[in-house]
Amino acid sequence: MEPEHGQRPHTPGPTLYPIGFAAGIACVLVGLIVSPTVIAPIGGAIAVVFAFLWARDATAEYRGVPEPVEPERREAPAAATAPAVPAREGETAVPEPAPGERFPRSKFLEGATLGLGGVIGGVVTVPVLGMALGPAFGKQDKRYHHVDLGPLDNFPEGEWRLATFFLDPNQGEVTRRTAYIRNNGALDGEPSLTIISNRCAHLGCPVQPNGPVFDASTKNVNTGGGEQIKLIKMLPAGGFGCPCHGGQYDPEGNRTAGPPVRSLDRYEYSIVNGHLILGKTYSVAHVDGTGKDAVIHKYRLAGPGQHIDGWEQIFYPLQPPH
Amino acid sequence: MAVAARPRKSARRQKLEAAIMYPLDWLEERSGLVGGIRYFLFRKVPGDTNWLHTLGSATLTAFLVQLVTGVILAMYYKPEPKTAYASIQHITNDVTLGWLVRGMHKWGASVFIILMFFHMARVFLFGAYKYPRELNWIVGVMLLAIGMLEGFTGYLLPWDQTSYWATVVGINLNGTAPILGPFLAQFLRGGAEIGPDTLARFYSMHMLLIPGAIIGLIGLHLYLVVRLGVSSPPWSREAAGSEWVEEQVTTNGRSGLTRPVARNSWRRNGGDTA
Repeated sequence: MEPEHGQRPHTPGPTLYPIGFAAGIACVLVGLIVSPTVIAPIGGAIAVVFAFLWARDATAEYRGVPEPVEPERREAPAAATAPAVPAREGETAVPEPAPGERFPRSKFLEGATLGLGGVIGGVVTVPVLGMALGPAFGKQDKRYHHVDLGPLDNFPEGEWRLATFFLDPNQGEVTRRTAYIRNNGALDGEPSLTIISNRCAHLGCPVQPNGPVFDASTKNVNTGGGEQIKLIKMLPAGGFGCPCHGGQYDPEGNRTAGPPVRSLDRYEYSIVNGHLILGKTYSVAHVDGTGKDAVIHKYRLAGPGQHIDGWEQIFYPLQPPH
Repeated sequence: MAVAARPRKSARRQKLEAAIMYPLDWLEERSGLVGGIRYFLFRKVPGDTNWLHTLGSATLTAFLVQLVTGVILAMYYKPEPKTAYASIQHITNDVTLGWLVRGMHKWGASVFIILMFFHMARVFLFGAYKYPRELNWIVGVMLLAIGMLEGFTGYLLPWDQTSYWATVVGINLNGTAPILGPFLAQFLRGGAEIGPDTLARFYSMHMLLIPGAIIGLIGLHLYLVVRLGVSSPPWSREAAGSEWVEEQVTTNGRSGLTRPVARNSWRRNGGDTA
């Protein structure tokens, strides 16, 4: 019974905002100990938001015009001696709401539960997704792009060498890559090399030379970086072939048969202090001519099986960072 | 029930029964679990179901075998490029019964996939995907897809030449999908190159993400099976409207687990005489 309230309607009702505010303050206090730069500001933000909501809720009565409500009246019991009505009989104290009718408090609680749940879900999902996707789509390790293959003298003019090396000595065997290298001799006074990646342009299996590989000629080169470089003389007289699905390429890496959609990728290179330094890989649509006179139709690196020219290139407009 | 039909029960037997029933009654009173499990396992099915209707349960069993053997394998497997292959060798050659559990997991994977296809063929040929069971067909297709994904991610884990290059090909195959393919491949690799991160994330997907999804979808699948009932074979005379058609209406396609009214009427109709 609240006789002193008289006819004043019972607003505002109990609210959850003080609890949110308290949670925010608690978060600030915990944050000040564990993580003043991250948790504490988050707690502060929560406290500010709930303080605002609380204040708005508490002052709603004064800002708006509350709806006048008729006071509820009940007849007094007919006689004091009448037997008490069993709890299960008679009219219920709180009338059942009509279908569709809802009380403001239940509406509020429902909204608060859903809203709070959504906020918590979002707060959890964002860092989780960030961690799952960030490293894959962030900046990639550029250490990979500077492998020193040793003195250029190891690559006699006009001959092919199979070179294997670690892209990242720390990770070891899993980063071993293979390139097929031919010294084309000088072009305008600069050394010219053909450096073909062994990654098949169909689905990425390792292509092999269609010709002898002289294992006895294996030469280990140590350039001090731990890349475990091996140079092996070879003669890809019939070009290159892929063991997985039968893709065939000529010695310039042009597709001659099978499922590949383009030529073999190539490495950029530079000569520093007489050493051959491998650069980035790039994709090649096709190559006209051979050796140092070749015209390479060069594109940015695309995954195996992806078209880089022709009408099919519309399927691959974007590439993640390589 | 068979016990109840006996004319006399010895005192000892009664004691024994009471001893068995006491904890079950305790559990049932507080959770309804006993009744729920009974409802799930002893529900009515059409009289003319046949062995082909067990293919779904067989698939479920195969999955449970994968679950159990996988958990044990995870105790010995080390998902690092430098240790993965060696730990597989260790499991196969040194660990007690490791060869057997790994063999069960490896061959069971194929059994699981094959049984899924058989189960799907049964549902398709029996027309059991039709109204009102379309949703369950869709859930089944999802299970098939992520079941294959489970096989794909598991294939890399031995980290030998076959699994490495199969994964290279598989990832690049995904990379050829239009527009988003290159990004899907990048996500699967965890970067531009296949490396330690690829192995670790395949392991995580294989043992946590995908099995979790499969378990959830199997739950939904079974819920719909229980709710909608088992369909009769297409040659069923009962389902075609013989004298049993009334019974069909009450036992086949009746309402679900969550409705106590249906459960009670099922009890009244002799579903549970205990």
